[in-house]
Amino acid sequence: MSYIPEEQLITQAKCLFEEYLPKVETLKVKERQKIPCQEMPTQDPLVRSQNMEEVALGYSFEQARVEAMRCLQCVKKNCIEGCPVKIDIPRFIDHIAKGEFEQAIAVVKETTLLPAVCGRVCPQEKQCQLYCTLGKSFKNVEKSVAIGRLERFVADWERENGKVIVPFVKPSTGKRVAVVGSGPAGLVVAADCRREGHHVTLFEAFHKLGGVLRYGIPEFRLPNDIIDKEIETLHSMGVEIKTNFVVGRTRKLTDLIEKDGYDAVFVGTGAGLPIFMGIEGENLVGVFSANEYLTRANLMKAFDKKADTPIYPSKNVMVLGGGNVAMDASRMAKRLGAENVYVVYRRTENEMPARREEVLHAKEEGVVFCYLQNANRIIGDDKGRVRSVECVRYELGEPDASGRRAPILINGSEFEMEIDTVIVAVGNGSNPLISQTTPQLAVNKRGNIVVDETQKTSMDKIFAGGDIVLGAATVILAMGEGRRSAASINKMLAEAAD
Amino acid sequence: MSRILYKQQFSDDVFLMRLHAPLIAEERKAGQFIILQTDDDYGERIPLTIADADTNEGSITIIFQVVGKTTKQLSFMNAGDELPALVGPLGTPTHIEQFGRVVCVGGGIGVAPLHPIAQALKAAGNHVSIIIGARNKDLLILENEMKSIADELIICTDNGSYGRKDLVTAPLKELCEQHPKPDMVIAIGPPVMMKFCSETTRPYHVFTQVSLNTIMVDGTGMCGGCRVNVGKEVKFVCVDGPEFDGHLVDFDNMINRLNAYKDIERHHYKCFVKNAFKDEEVVL
Ligand SMILES: Cc1cc2nc3c(=O)[nH]c(=O)nc-3n(C[C@H](O)[C@H](O)[C@H](O)COP(=O)(O)OP(=O)(O)OC[C@H]3O[C@@H](n4cnc5c(N)ncnc54)[C@H](O)[C@@H]3O)c2cc1C
Ligand code: FES
Repeated sequence: MSYIPEEQLITQAKCLFEEYLPKVETLKVKERQKIPCQEMPTQDPLVRSQNMEEVALGYSFEQARVEAMRCLQCVKKNCIEGCPVKIDIPRFIDHIAKGEFEQAIAVVKETTLLPAVCGRVCPQEKQCQLYCTLGKSFKNVEKSVAIGRLERFVADWERENGKVIVPFVKPSTGKRVAVVGSGPAGLVVAADCRREGHHVTLFEAFHKLGGVLRYGIPEFRLPNDIIDKEIETLHSMGVEIKTNFVVGRTRKLTDLIEKDGYDAVFVGTGAGLPIFMGIEGENLVGVFSANEYLTRANLMKAFDKKADTPIYPSKNVMVLGGGNVAMDASRMAKRLGAENVYVVYRRTENEMPARREEVLHAKEEGVVFCYLQNANRIIGDDKGRVRSVECVRYELGEPDASGRRAPILINGSEFEMEIDTVIVAVGNGSNPLISQTTPQLAVNKRGNIVVDETQKTSMDKIFAGGDIVLGAATVILAMGEGRRSAASINKMLAEAAD
Repeated sequence: MSRILYKQQFSDDVFLMRLHAPLIAEERKAGQFIILQTDDDYGERIPLTIADADTNEGSITIIFQVVGKTTKQLSFMNAGDELPALVGPLGTPTHIEQFGRVVCVGGGIGVAPLHPIAQALKAAGNHVSIIIGARNKDLLILENEMKSIADELIICTDNGSYGRKDLVTAPLKELCEQHPKPDMVIAIGPPVMMKFCSETTRPYHVFTQVSLNTIMVDGTGMCGGCRVNVGKEVKFVCVDGPEFDGHLVDFDNMINRLNAYKDIERHHYKCFVKNAFKDEEVVL
């Protein structure tokens, strides 16, 4: 797929819109199947790889309505099965098709709190869109209804038209809830518990809120304005916010209950523990975890000349890994001026866990993908700086029991690449800070907090959710766990009041 | 937000500040540090050791030397000003117990973080010898405070303007040669000084603890920017440290990593100083 300019996509959609609008109420399945998929307009790859602005520009009004008309409105709503928070997808899409955007966003918000975020970052092709009947009829998930793009469209429409309503907050219950961590899980718990009339304090270790949404996922994929808007809403609801507060250090977890009088605590501290490869040369100057690289660039704004936080000047960058984090890091490196950026992945494109769209965007921006390859050791110069990387090649072996073909090392395949910066993006473990300072809290072998089906931890009044429970997962799953935790907390507090 | 309660200038480049931070003052233990920002939008996050705390006043004391843009900016701030971001206490506290004979070595600004540790070691019943060193007399800090703790205080200056004209490693070696030799050494100061202190004690097999001041971003173990090689392991200074066995630390790698952004930092600093002076002319 090659780049199509925005104007062209919008003009095409206008024609289709006029053609189909008169029949919107009576479209047959066959007719719907014939409506072409609406591509997401983007900035020109050559332009955008030099700026931080959002890559995907969002559907035009006509594109959204045309795309919505593609939905078959199936009786058996398979797509909902694929959605971790069970948004009533066909219903909100039907409203879009009819131009009823206010009703559409209301449907979405029945079950999700951050649609502008999820519409942008959810791996839809592995969730709702994987189950879409339309896509199945073409045997091609890329031809499914673009549910994520439509979700984003209505969420943006609501925000840009000033239609965001601050949720109603019930009269004060006098109960106090502490929310630790302001990633998607924490944000949802704060909103849901505050709505019930509880006093909510949101504690965040960093100086800015949002968790990975702020420090990890770059501006060009998820603009800060969107996170700011969500936080503004929490503010208006009366959520108390304490940044620069590390629970476990500034205050022990148990002290929040015993000394500070909180009736319930939610721990949503995320998966922030970078995993390194354990190969030779990994501590040379010029080797970074993706967390560090992205935090410098995003949270600390190192892409901006005004910022004090420096970022390493690179020419030839190697990114290790194949997930969203690797995509973000490679595209960021490109934007920060690297001439050559290589993503090195041990398997092939089919196995890459990254969102499909990010991979395509990265390729369009000139990131080079090296499959069936891995870094073996990093070689430094006399000043201890990265000079090159020795790599090895793999081939895919026979399918194993799970049907997946495992990569097998090709002996003697070592070769060297001239590289000055290595970004390690092979995953995140769970940050042990809370568990180390709260030994009573049960964690599993991987350090993830253990919870029951109500998200309660081994400790009284303490709940947990998101990446700290799931291991590095997704925004939508973190949000879902937040929802469930808030419901449990609200129930517990209501019962205590009776 | 944290208000600056008090500011004192020790020398051209060295300042002491007391900051309003009641929770940190209550929780902090010897060896821990804070991270602060002079601007929470575009500012960088810099770690500084907590030199002292006063729970009555709800304050912590920091002592810092101007080495770059942020510390320069901080030195321009005054009592009554608000720091936009201050977080802590971070790091693992120093392990304090009765070791017996302890030698505390502080170099330059490193005397500041050494002070609470020496205090705690003394309180735990140790015999405490303290060696403090600086380039010259003007740069020497906390002499009286250290004198009140030490069973024995040795002062060195590089140029001999005060105390012995020696590097701190010279008296350290002498103490190692005495009988009984020290049970433990704690060395805090510039990386090169800690490296040579560790080399000095190595032949005598005296356990030597150093406190590392690597580059940091978050200070909570999230980024790995602060990592160092300690023996065969990789450690994160902000959570596993800042204190490690000096005989195991790969100082050369650590020093290389500290210099990763030298050029950019120097440039930021120069631009800032140039601008600051321009403003002053406008004010005058
Ligand atoms: C670069 C990157 C790209 C990603 N891309 C995608 C994507 O495209 N789609 C997707 O679905 N998922 C993506 N993910 C994963 C997704 O961001 C996470 O699954 C999600 O953010 C987890 O949410 P959370 O609320 O559990 O934790 P986090 O978002 O990690 O937030 C945790 C917060 O808690 C704070 N905290 C930690 N410890 C403490 C403490 N002791 N006291 C106070 N505060 C503390 C942290 O500073 C942080 O702000 C990506 C992740 C990364 C790193
Ligand atoms: S400063 Fe980021 S892990 Fe230590």
